[in-house]
Amino acid sequence: MDSLRRYASIIDDFDAFIAASERPLSHTVRVQTSRVSVDRVVDAFEEAAIGCSPLSWRESIIELDIDRPGLTLPAFLGWVHGQEVVSCLPAPLLDVVPGDVIWDACAAPGSKTGHLIDLIEDVGTVVATDDNLGRLSALRYNLERLGATAAIVERADARRFDPSPMGIEAFDASLVDAPCTGEGTVRKKPSALDDWSLGHVESLGNVQRGILRRAIELTKPGGVVLYSTCTYAPEENEAVVDAILDDGGCDIEPIELPFETAPGIDSWEGTAFDHRLTRARRIYPHHADTGGFFIAKLRVAT
Amino acid sequence: MSDDTSTRFDRVPATGGDDVTPDRDAILEWWEERFGIDPSTFEAHTFWERGRGNIWCVYGDHPDPFEAEGLGMVCLRTRGRHWKPTTNAAQRFGHAATSNIIHLDRSQADSYIAGGTQSIAWDGDWGYLLVATSVAGDPAILGVGQFIDGELRSVVPKGRRREMLDRSSESSP
Ligand SMILES: C[S@@+](CC[C@H](N)C(=O)[O-])C[C@H]1O[C@@H](n2cnc3c(N)ncnc32)[C@H](O)[C@@H]1O
Repeated sequence: MDSLRRYASIIDDFDAFIAASERPLSHTVRVQTSRVSVDRVVDAFEEAAIGCSPLSWRESIIELDIDRPGLTLPAFLGWVHGQEVVSCLPAPLLDVVPGDVIWDACAAPGSKTGHLIDLIEDVGTVVATDDNLGRLSALRYNLERLGATAAIVERADARRFDPSPMGIEAFDASLVDAPCTGEGTVRKKPSALDDWSLGHVESLGNVQRGILRRAIELTKPGGVVLYSTCTYAPEENEAVVDAILDDGGCDIEPIELPFETAPGIDSWEGTAFDHRLTRARRIYPHHADTGGFFIAKLRVAT
Repeated sequence: MSDDTSTRFDRVPATGGDDVTPDRDAILEWWEERFGIDPSTFEAHTFWERGRGNIWCVYGDHPDPFEAEGLGMVCLRTRGRHWKPTTNAAQRFGHAATSNIIHLDRSQADSYIAGGTQSIAWDGDWGYLLVATSVAGDPAILGVGQFIDGELRSVVPKGRRREMLDRSSESSP
């Protein structure tokens, strides 16, 4: 947890933040509601005497009292996907509807792709790219189990992705769930901070900017580009979005989330960011007992 | 070429296919004849071949040929003498089926999901069947089984086989 100390000045009640980061995360699944009703999934878990409670603010996320949701009928049937709460936040913010053509730039292993497929009811196209072939095979497995027929999967470095051979000129919306240092995932994976280094944080910043820039280029005017990470480092969050706002091709919009979150910051270690970055959201474990996360919703200029 | 090394998809022809590379009509006819699935179920989908006999199903239409790691889902293997639907396609489209569906009780279903072969009473067709069990009061299609000589073999792919967790039979302390 020592590498998290550098955030003591930007996180309220830092001791509570550290304490929450040390607690394991509860196990949740997301229901593929375009395939099955939440009620039927709850009944199916109850038939197997598995304790389950849909979250009050979004009943399609169900908390389970077991730690291997994969060993249940709803998982085998492709009705649910094991997915933590913060991972269920980005897809609905893309404002997609059935028929849309969407890019999920850093998609593997496909949790958010599956969610996007659900939101468009498997009607339209989600192009899921990732540059890691091994992780792409996990993504294919996950998407096929969820019954996705509206997904196209391709290996690509998102910074240079060209969808024109697919007959696609531009996307209605894009998701950049960027590769990051993963500081916010310690509750799931206590070793997540083991090889943290400032060098790593800074080199990822370049990749993240490259991918986000490409997403802005490939998204139609007026379309949403959602940027998310599961890390706290401002170098990977506000600084990345700041550079993209500076390019001038998009604006950043306020986001409504169903629980307490903190605003993005507008300065870090002497560097000032565009003040609009306070519209981004920082999600801390001690606020709503979740993993850590960062979200910025960008809209491409018309 | 095997399913996982090629990345080239060719749209199946509208007509004039053969036994291994069927045309669209033959595919629709097969789902209808074997399982009673109405052709309109696939109205919005196109079929593609990647590696001879591996048929994929994707929403909408796309440029032909198409280069990608995945284009929708693998739905059907047509290389063998008998065409074999995939588990994922059975779960995705099986709700529309009306024939050749075998219903298992929960313990038979658990054995099927774990990959087991079991003797079973069935006086319908032999060959590939859709396998169903009742979940929360209604039937749900689990996948595909092969019925031969009084036995139902699970064809759930190895990577999807699971020992189901069921605490309902455990006694409380
Ligand atoms: C945070 S993970 C994505 C998680 C995924 N969105 C989900 O919800 O399941 C980031 C992904 O970015 C991929 N990645 C890293 N560099 C990339 C690049 N230049 N282009 C595309 N993908 C990249 C990694 O392989 C990794 O799978």
